[in-house]
Amino acid sequence: MKMCYFDHAATNPLHPEVLESMMPFFKEEFGNALSVYDLGMHAREAVEHARAEVAALINAKPGTIVFTSSGVEANNFALRGAAIARKQQGNHVIVSKAEHHSVLNSARFLEKQGFVVTYLPVDNHGLVAPDLLKKSIINETVLISITHASREIGTVEPIKELSAVAKERGVAFHTDAIASTGNIPVDVQDLGVDMLSMTGHQMYGPKGIGALYIREGTRIAPLIYGGIQEGGRRAGTENVAYVVGMGRAAQLAREEMNDRMEHVRKLRDRLVQGIAGIPNVYLTGHPENRLPNHASFVVEFIEGEAMLLMLAMKGIYTASGSACSSKALKSSPVLLSLGVPTALAQGSIVFTLGRGNTEEEVDFALAEFPQIVSKLRAMSPFANKGWDYGTKNDTCYVGG
Amino acid sequence: MRKVYLDYAATTPADPEVVQSMLPYFTYVFANPLSVHDFGRSAATAVDGARDTVARFLGAKPDEIVFTSGGTESNNAAIKGAAFAARGRGNHIITTTIEHRAILSPCVFLERQGFSVTRLPVDGSGMVDPDAVRKAITPQTILISVMHANNEIGTILPIAEIGGIARERGVLFHTDAVQTFGHIPVNADDLMVDLLSASAHKFYGPKGAGLLYIRKGSKIGRFMHGGSQEKNRRASTHNVPGIVGFAKAVEIAERGEAAEMQHLTRLRTKVIDGVLGKIRRAQLNGHPTERLPGNVNLSFRNVQGERLLRGLNAAGIGCSTGSACSASNTGPSHVLDAISGSLRLSLGKQVTEEDIDYVLDILPREVRMLRAVEQA
Repeated sequence: MKMCYFDHAATNPLHPEVLESMMPFFKEEFGNALSVYDLGMHAREAVEHARAEVAALINAKPGTIVFTSSGVEANNFALRGAAIARKQQGNHVIVSKAEHHSVLNSARFLEKQGFVVTYLPVDNHGLVAPDLLKKSIINETVLISITHASREIGTVEPIKELSAVAKERGVAFHTDAIASTGNIPVDVQDLGVDMLSMTGHQMYGPKGIGALYIREGTRIAPLIYGGIQEGGRRAGTENVAYVVGMGRAAQLAREEMNDRMEHVRKLRDRLVQGIAGIPNVYLTGHPENRLPNHASFVVEFIEGEAMLLMLAMKGIYTASGSACSSKALKSSPVLLSLGVPTALAQGSIVFTLGRGNTEEEVDFALAEFPQIVSKLRAMSPFANKGWDYGTKNDTCYVGG
Repeated sequence: MRKVYLDYAATTPADPEVVQSMLPYFTYVFANPLSVHDFGRSAATAVDGARDTVARFLGAKPDEIVFTSGGTESNNAAIKGAAFAARGRGNHIITTTIEHRAILSPCVFLERQGFSVTRLPVDGSGMVDPDAVRKAITPQTILISVMHANNEIGTILPIAEIGGIARERGVLFHTDAVQTFGHIPVNADDLMVDLLSASAHKFYGPKGAGLLYIRKGSKIGRFMHGGSQEKNRRASTHNVPGIVGFAKAVEIAERGEAAEMQHLTRLRTKVIDGVLGKIRRAQLNGHPTERLPGNVNLSFRNVQGERLLRGLNAAGIGCSTGSACSASNTGPSHVLDAISGSLRLSLGKQVTEEDIDYVLDILPREVRMLRAVEQA
């Protein structure tokens, strides 16, 4: 059976050239990047070359890139490190309700450490309003974190406007750009952010490597203490092969960005158009300001996980909610934050496309998916009599 | 020119079998183990299998293993996680002066957060006296952390004894086993530890993979906040190839550890006897017998370690003065700050008798030359 992998927001396969670039560092070039003899120096050069590539992808200086073990670590580092470094200055942090768990749960951890957190609501497209952010800033506000693009609903936030609001008030601004970096243009100068999280495996690099951009002069306490690696900002023997892999992935993403975007956008539009034909299916997230590879829906009367598993039986791999929460089998907090009713949020299905997908695969999914929806609806006790949403509000999500 | 790598304590090359085991998870089985579909489950199965292997090796239960990004993260997670979880019950931590920076630095951080830290001294061979640990325990003590073996001088510490004392007094006990795991027997029950850190790249596994053993019932705060990975204890998409490679390195160690210990101990003896026989005013640092099979740490009177290191590097011998984590930092090692001219030769699998002969040829010459320069 042919595999149609439409779960690129969960993770990506390695680009073959990325793997190739990593291989020497598993083998002959295995040195510790802190060692002073030639093996160590080769490793150091490779790490610095990769740092320059990652920096170039987001239009930053190499010295502003700190490698971490993942995007989640970068988010934890940014939230906790920047907040704790400003503890004397104030104890108020602002995040949006539609953030990834790694931001939300870091914020909750900060609450236990005596911080006060404001969780900004989003509109029914998932957008944070700059005006609302402005009103939420108080004298004690020391940090704002708003995701660049949502893995779950694909919405791309107006980070430039939001960071301008923060800058006006002298508040540090972080963005979780894990889902966007490598997939759409990300320019830290243009976005005006102080910190930005990214991960290797969302840009066809390896899992187990990420990075945090830290604008020069931004105060931040380390998350992991120990050796002098990463300028003392992140201890631990550098994972040279993975760092190299992320560097190569960043370079390829920069070179192939436009082609990749066009490729997935075409497929995505075809997919959305096809699925829109199914009755009672609604696109979630912003209709235009969204990741080009992202198509997310809620399907009335049936459960996302049932759809997902039936699609998987056909070799079509998708997600329901985000991968990090999909084992929890509860309604996605992100969808709820858009105002999607709890029952309807259960019917979440997310297709995220990648550079390897083809039109054929999309057509195959378009042939199978409506049948699966019909089959499941035939079994659903709600399908005939409709759903009682309780506080249903028809304008709370986007009609497909 | 001959190339001899004698810095296995800094890092080791991944075993070809390890690399082979990782490759499918970069490309074919690349799914996110948290994905619900069967493709995700196949990745999850690989992680579970690796966890079983590693747990068995450590004499632990699979759910007592948390995979991390390396030994440094594990140490941070243990020290900070245990301290914060115990806050309110007490604020005192006991450790030693010879711990790795990945222990000492988090301790400094905790001091700034209001914890108090006792750093026990060691004797001339790097030994910690278990009785000193016993005497240092107060009703406020919430954590004891003593490394299994020192990374610079190779001394193996009496962990089981200290563990017994900690258990008797109801204090959580952590050991940094980064230098021992995969090299000498490491069993969580035998060592009487509650928490144990290990790293894959120190025993022919990949860099970027480590673990923290957390004995069932031990209270430790979450380290990385986010998704539900590692039973909510450590969020982040699993580094599946890294975890698989870690387990493969464990399998290889399981079948070859005894032979490797023998092989390295023989080479170690050859280096030590050779150097002490050929070079006057040379001294072995660390313990004569209770030391890592692959560790040789020497100092030479009237010879600067940095200069000697450069000379050896120029002759193709890759080694270091102390730990790699401070290699670029030319300040004296905190472990050996009293001894000048220390040189660490750490041996490993690929080192041959001929390599040792080469070192025994070059090293005395370099020392003699540097001493001549010093006198001139």
